[in-house]
Amino acid sequence: MLTFPIYLDNNATTPLDPRVLEAMMPYFTGKFGNAASRNHAFGWHAEEAVDYAREQIASLINCSPKEIIFTSGATESDNLAIKGVFEMYASKGNHIITTTTEHKAVLDTCKHIEKIGGKVTYLPVNAEGLIDLQQLEEAITDKTILISIMYGNNEVGVIQPIREISAIAKKRGVLFFTDATQAVGKIPVDVEADGIDLMAFSGHKMYGPKGVGALYVRRKNPRVKVTAQMDGGGHERGMRSGTLNVPGIVGLGKACEIAKQDMEKDTARLSAMRDRLEKELLTIEESYVNGSREHRLPHVTNISFKYVEGEGLMMGVKDIAVSSGSACTSASLEPSYVLKALGLSDDLAHSSLRFGLSRFTTEEEIDFAINHVKEAVAKLREMSPLWEMFKEGIDLNSIEWADH
Amino acid sequence: MAYSDKVIDHYNNPRNVGTLDKAKNSVGTGLVGAPECGDVMRLQIEVDENQIITDAKFKTFGCGSAIASSSLATEWLKGKSVDEALAIDNMDIVEELALPPVKIHCSVLAEDAIKSAINDYRVKNGLPALEMPKSHH
Repeated sequence: MLTFPIYLDNNATTPLDPRVLEAMMPYFTGKFGNAASRNHAFGWHAEEAVDYAREQIASLINCSPKEIIFTSGATESDNLAIKGVFEMYASKGNHIITTTTEHKAVLDTCKHIEKIGGKVTYLPVNAEGLIDLQQLEEAITDKTILISIMYGNNEVGVIQPIREISAIAKKRGVLFFTDATQAVGKIPVDVEADGIDLMAFSGHKMYGPKGVGALYVRRKNPRVKVTAQMDGGGHERGMRSGTLNVPGIVGLGKACEIAKQDMEKDTARLSAMRDRLEKELLTIEESYVNGSREHRLPHVTNISFKYVEGEGLMMGVKDIAVSSGSACTSASLEPSYVLKALGLSDDLAHSSLRFGLSRFTTEEEIDFAINHVKEAVAKLREMSPLWEMFKEGIDLNSIEWADH
Repeated sequence: MAYSDKVIDHYNNPRNVGTLDKAKNSVGTGLVGAPECGDVMRLQIEVDENQIITDAKFKTFGCGSAIASSSLATEWLKGKSVDEALAIDNMDIVEELALPPVKIHCSVLAEDAIKSAINDYRVKNGLPALEMPKSHH
């Protein structure tokens, strides 16, 4: 039995795994203590639960539990990592290297850094969405303190060459931070093997709750510190003040435990389903996958259907919940900056849909999505003047479009 | 964003999708918008010797509101005289379809398409092009 709309926007957020909810429940009511209360059992139970979650998380990403700093989510973790390193290592330099396809939480934080006197290099990506390692190495100066490059991209799912990047960072004595929000819990992420110094991730992208995330901060080889961005009680080794969100943290821990246990099974199932969806949708004429298909998260595909507009398409596929690369909300329409960075023309960027599958996606749902998208694209092309021109062999670039 | 029932109706059952023979002198074609902006409208009218619009067709690449605006425009154009057609204002479309402020540009585009089709017809028939009354973009 299908329930509509079918949710295929799991890069935006995932549903909570019922096993996670079950683990969290006691910490809202009976075990409601403050993990910082040292004088009674309420506090001890809460602290114990937080410590256990730290171990579950540490086990997933292969670090020490002491290296986990709890936050409100990946956006806060990104801010804390970048601003925190910028302040802490100010005497070493003021230069940060990142990429043009990062999440806004990284890009806007970097823009803030530029406003307060820092220098930021934004590395371009190729058509596959991957950075050029030689360009990265050449961008490093004696003032460079941080390389901030995401693990897996939220829009196209492209996975950057993390180990090669960290090797360069290590060789040049620069810290390496990665926003791994889309990768942790989905693919094996090992901070030791991957050579990561700081890493941001969050609960709600891996079947955990919203409002909780973490920043991994390396304690050995090298020992990394970040300047706290909020003043207060000095929680989390002084790096992040604020009463711990105990139920959320318990949920994040449980989500990590399940991810570790189910990852192999989930990945095999999701990538097979994703590949089938993609193969079927590519039988539509003039459809293209955006970004690398080789270096990619297993549950994501981003496809452009040329000559149909993304928002119109979204309306046509109303029985599935997906994201579009088009943001048609104002007179000046802004296509996705990530797709633009991959070199897509504006019209192709406007014509894209992002499909994100989850542990709970079924084969039946994929079957439905395939037919639904095929029908919608056919209907809209029937209505599209651009499709008619294409079919008549008219080069759309030869037309002088009105200045809009 | 929630679309109004009228927008949804036009999107699901677009009126007058199609193509008229642009080589005919009685047919005026307006092509407005740009692919990189996310909307392109092509609106065509067929005009008889009494200056009455006997047929109107559209094809639109764009969001639901853009499709609905052009679909509605073709409905309104049929049976109107060219002068009456020139009087169609984008705000009439906004009102009829209950377009939210962020979608007003879709109605502007439809008005532009009407005027551009009429101008094409005029020029083809030896009449001077009318000045486009508003520059919206």
